[in-house]
Amino acid sequence: MTFSRRTIFIALFLAGLALLPVALADQPFYVGLLSRAMILSIAAISLNLLLGYGNMISFGHAVYIGIGAYSVGIFAYYEIYDGFIQWPVGLAVSALVALLFGAISLRTKGVYFIMITLALAQMLYFLGVSVDEYGADDGLVIDVRSEFAGLIDLEEGIALYYVIFFFLLLTIFIVHKLVHSRFGIVLRGAKSNEARLLALGFPVYRYKLMGFVIAGVICGLAGLLLGNFTNFVNPDMMHWTRSGELIFMVVLGGLGSLFGPVLGAFAFLLLEEILSDFTIHWQIIFGPFLILAVLFLRGGINSLLGSRSDG
Amino acid sequence: MAEPLLEVTGLIKSFGGLVAIDSVSLDVTSDEVHAVIGPNGAGKTTFIAQISGDLRPDSGTIRFAGADITRLATPKRAQRGLARSFQITSIFRDVTAEDNVALAVQAHDGHSFRFWRAAKADPSLRDPARAALDRVGLGDRRDVVAGELAHGEQRQLELAMAIATEPAMLLLDEPMAGMGAEESERMVALLQELKGSAAILLVEHDMDAVFALADRITVLVRGQAIATGSPQEIRDDDQVRRAYLGEDG
Amino acid sequence: MTWALLLEQTLNGFQLGVLLFLLAAGLTLVFGIMDLVNLAHGSLYMAGAFFCATFTDWTDSFILGVLLALPATLLLGIVVEMIALRTLYARDHLDQVLATFGIILFFNELARIVWGPEGLVIPLPGWLDGNIEIMADVFYPTFRILIIAVGLLVALGLYVLVAKTRIGMLIRAGASDRDMVGVLGVNVKMLFTLIFGLGAALAGLAGMMAGPIIEVNIGMGEEILILAFVVIVIGGIGSIRGAFVAALIVGLIDTMGRSFLDLLLKTLISGNAAETAAPALSAMLVYILMATVLFFRPQGLFAPRSG
Repeated sequence: MTFSRRTIFIALFLAGLALLPVALADQPFYVGLLSRAMILSIAAISLNLLLGYGNMISFGHAVYIGIGAYSVGIFAYYEIYDGFIQWPVGLAVSALVALLFGAISLRTKGVYFIMITLALAQMLYFLGVSVDEYGADDGLVIDVRSEFAGLIDLEEGIALYYVIFFFLLLTIFIVHKLVHSRFGIVLRGAKSNEARLLALGFPVYRYKLMGFVIAGVICGLAGLLLGNFTNFVNPDMMHWTRSGELIFMVVLGGLGSLFGPVLGAFAFLLLEEILSDFTIHWQIIFGPFLILAVLFLRGGINSLLGSRSDG
Repeated sequence: MAEPLLEVTGLIKSFGGLVAIDSVSLDVTSDEVHAVIGPNGAGKTTFIAQISGDLRPDSGTIRFAGADITRLATPKRAQRGLARSFQITSIFRDVTAEDNVALAVQAHDGHSFRFWRAAKADPSLRDPARAALDRVGLGDRRDVVAGELAHGEQRQLELAMAIATEPAMLLLDEPMAGMGAEESERMVALLQELKGSAAILLVEHDMDAVFALADRITVLVRGQAIATGSPQEIRDDDQVRRAYLGEDG
Repeated sequence: MTWALLLEQTLNGFQLGVLLFLLAAGLTLVFGIMDLVNLAHGSLYMAGAFFCATFTDWTDSFILGVLLALPATLLLGIVVEMIALRTLYARDHLDQVLATFGIILFFNELARIVWGPEGLVIPLPGWLDGNIEIMADVFYPTFRILIIAVGLLVALGLYVLVAKTRIGMLIRAGASDRDMVGVLGVNVKMLFTLIFGLGAALAGLAGMMAGPIIEVNIGMGEEILILAFVVIVIGGIGSIRGAFVAALIVGLIDTMGRSFLDLLLKTLISGNAAETAAPALSAMLVYILMATVLFFRPQGLFAPRSG
């Protein structure tokens, strides 16, 4: 059996993630940075299902991060810390919202779709801003992380790290299975030639809607993790610029590749970290970098790893 | 004569003030090849788009296999056994020929909300796909990425996708479009073979092909069906000769 | 609720509506004709406001400030179009979204460097700073009246430009069929740059009008940009008439919702619940409106492209 350069790289990357906390045990800053990058990776992978596989340019994906995080935050506000309640509710609400938003926005195409997903997401952002009970602009502090009947203690940074790592692996595995399943093949067909798919007898709308819901749920999971990790939630997590950043991670990493979004999320955070160390006005470099990356880095970081072997 | 499989009655479609299809009626029986010919701008494309479901007629009815499908969406028509090929080649360019046809099989199979098992290794998709490719003569090209196939081969692939859904009727929109003489000949032979296994509604410019294949021909001129009949009757029809064949040489 | 309050809020709604129209007019043309998703339109709104603040400061005159800021924004729009956006027309929507997102980051940071992180205030001249009596004992800010007047004048001007002139003819042709313009033998590049510059100037004008009311700050463009999106989606992309109608609807509904929804809800549910629900619901009102419109008309109210 031979392994491509890409497979080896990905294996090393994941092995590194598994081992790094051991080496960095006394460096909570780096453990935190990696945790954050992995959470955003999960969100980016879910968005890639839409952007890279399903040809749906959703500009409101950060909403589901917000829903996940608020699910932890609002329950915690009422002193319900049980993860077995918080998490299923968070995922279910993500699914419901995605179903509703998808059903509305998928009736349209192209520019309309982009702007409607954007506007619907912004609607929830403003909802978050206007509800004083849950802290409005300032959001909620999550003083106790999700509890899982004593099975695992998320208050430990390292424990949380490995939980996040586990969910990252699980997400990669699930999405890998998904894009190669019958459903995934139809979804990818919609990106390549939607008219043909309709003529073959596929009700494309339903497949896209299903993809939209699945992506929403996975991103909701990222939100649950983020709420636990940052110990707070605020409307800003749902702001449309957060959605823009997620899109950028996906494109930077490599649209329509399984591992690309992970690379994109890590590269994004790294870039942000390095540039903001360099100058407080880092966005003046970051903005043009974004434009140049769009114009010249076709296929993203993923394409730099040689010819593709995964879907 | 048997009950027709497809029955179009009084179809009218206009865009703005322009009447593109003016009360056209025709039928196709379950074992015949029915060709629709006409000069450019006669409304052939508009006509076929209404049969496939891409356009809604202003009035008139389309019945297929005994049911009224006039208001049915495109995918629903396909599920009932109405398969089409496109005038401009419409395939999934970045996957292999076999993947293309497997997707068509999957459409017919009706089990696509399956999220786990790898579709690529599923023999219930792959075997019929290979059979369909063999049937159109692309058996040895199945692993080639579709976008890299020659033009004629892509047209064959279109056809393979259409027959892989095991349709009751094939809606072929200019299957010879852009083909060389040799490729056209091969396509005619191929369609000749398919004849009888499914009804065929054929829209085509290539007159040699039409007269070689069709059992009946309907002539469309300026949105109106001016004649329907056997190839011989059409050849002998004065009105047709004046309106159409005369111009064509 | 008094009639005076209702009148005042109606005027406020109109005032927000015309601001949205100024922003949406250029945006809808750029979307409709160039098929370009331009997120950076809000940056031009912000730029207009900052320019106006600076020029007003230099000249001690708001009017001169506006007169100088207008060509400056126009020029900025043209430069942005020529440097960055021109290469994006041929790209897909995703690339456009990202690249224009990059432009926003760039301009926000540039503004922070040039003008600092604090907001700026645009002082109004005395004759604009007061109120006028619009009805017996009902006073309304003079400047807001001016905004409504300017907005309506611009709308009228655009109507004349689009309906009566050769450039307008090209714009209409381009909005309904992009390839047409090239066929007509027009320098498409020039036309696009011109349209973009015009849209930029209008967005800038909106910023200048809003500046004295809301304080000029970084990120001011992003919030209103989304509302402008809602406007052009409701109006139908590419339609100026649609943008006008939708802008007024959105402006009125948003303003009315914020002012009167709690009163309305209190007649239906308990005061406490209304107190909580009203701000949440009014924040969502225009989006619910958009979703409703799209449900019945996915192409918006006045889609110029038929079929």
